[in-house]
Amino acid sequence: MSDHDDQAGGTEPQRLALDDWHRSRGGRMVEFAGYWMPVQFEGIMAEHLWTRENAGLFDVSHMGQVYVHGPEVDAALETVLPGELLALPDRKLRYSLLLDDSGGIIDDLMATRRGRDFYIVVNGATKHGDIEVMRQILPRDIFVDHMTTQALLALQGPKAVEILETLVPGVSELGFMEGNAFHAFGHPVWISRSGYTGEDGFEISIPAVAAEKLADSLVADERVKPIGLGARDSLRLEAGLPLYGHDLDRHVTPVMAGLTFAIQKRRRAEGGFPGAPRILAELEDGPVQKRVGFDIEGRQPVREGALVLDGEGNEVGKVTSGGFSPSLQRPIAMGYVASGLAEPGTELKLEQRGKLFDARVAPMPFVPHRYHRKGAPQ
Amino acid sequence: MTTYFTREHEWIAVEGDTATVGITDHAQEALGDIVFTEVPEAGKQLSKGQEAAVVESVKAASDVYSPVTGEVIEGNQAVVDDSSLVNSDPEGQGWFFKIRMTNPPELDGLMGEDDYRAWVKSL
Repeated sequence: MSDHDDQAGGTEPQRLALDDWHRSRGGRMVEFAGYWMPVQFEGIMAEHLWTRENAGLFDVSHMGQVYVHGPEVDAALETVLPGELLALPDRKLRYSLLLDDSGGIIDDLMATRRGRDFYIVVNGATKHGDIEVMRQILPRDIFVDHMTTQALLALQGPKAVEILETLVPGVSELGFMEGNAFHAFGHPVWISRSGYTGEDGFEISIPAVAAEKLADSLVADERVKPIGLGARDSLRLEAGLPLYGHDLDRHVTPVMAGLTFAIQKRRRAEGGFPGAPRILAELEDGPVQKRVGFDIEGRQPVREGALVLDGEGNEVGKVTSGGFSPSLQRPIAMGYVASGLAEPGTELKLEQRGKLFDARVAPMPFVPHRYHRKGAPQ
Repeated sequence: MTTYFTREHEWIAVEGDTATVGITDHAQEALGDIVFTEVPEAGKQLSKGQEAAVVESVKAASDVYSPVTGEVIEGNQAVVDDSSLVNSDPEGQGWFFKIRMTNPPELDGLMGEDDYRAWVKSL
């Protein structure tokens, strides 16, 4: 028996603040983004379903936490990001994209206005490159500080709010995509109501020295279990959320990726971000390819790399993420197809290791989001 | 009946010239939650080392190789209908296929149970 994709080795991975904590709880550690990370604890299926029903604790300390500050930092950041930042209210998060000059996606990220400054969370595998790009492009009086002594934990799931509220009173008042400064265990923490599972939940930036204490306190509540990267991936796939390096890269633009919500009205009118000419043209005329979801016949997962074929067997796209959905108990995937074939319901074939699968373009998310939007009926 | 093991974590239980093949407990543990299994049909000719079956977990797809040359007598429909059997009883009801061996001396290169369990512990 052998895996179809063996991973190539490299230099020895680094250890994060919760490394021992994960190992002592039975985490199966793998290399990810240059770090040892737990891929699973009791099993991906169980962890996934636990998060959808209770609360899952994710260590995402490998991600890059960056503090950007300096005069008119919002205007400066608008030269590298296509999002509306001038009008972003204090303590609000905005999903955005670091773009190259041809509109290709260097990374996707969350930017939060914190007073006069911006707190940005970027992907772990791309963080050093991102910081370099920002430092190169931003004016010299804008500082891009990599917060290397902060850990980042996420508590996700329908019970996350009642659990975290007992430890950090006040967090339940946050709305989706809103953050604030709190105190926990004698340390300042920054907590936002956000995440990568489609569930209600929080992301907690805490000094690395206090990360174990926070993790211990959270799992002391029997409704919380530690969750590995495996379930993180299946949860975000069900939620239709793209994963950088798989569903997003420099070959795709925000328009191709269906992320035009990240380019607000004023930015569309004014441009002034990297790749604006191409992106604005794509907004006008439509992109060549689009990111879509796929429902797949049968039970066999179709994974990243599978080809998408039209009725005549022509290659019209590629699967960029795919797997078995624990919540739906069937295979799901996302990928890119020629724009003319991107309508939900379009019947296509997927080809994996010489085998053809019947598939249909599906609307995303596959599993509805359950974010806590302020003012929305509960 | 004697059971042999491969370095690819298949087991093969031999009785006369027929044998039953599956994946080991170590293999199912490493794969995690198994969600899809494909087994060969009766009559299929397999040579030693040839891809014989497919097993997919939530996170990965793997091939199961035939440890010997021969003709498939039966694929296990039970693991096709309920792949979780491979997790719950990998070296029993979760078998993959039965094969009539045409070259039994091929078994000589395989590990016995004690050797296999000791080797797995060293991994």
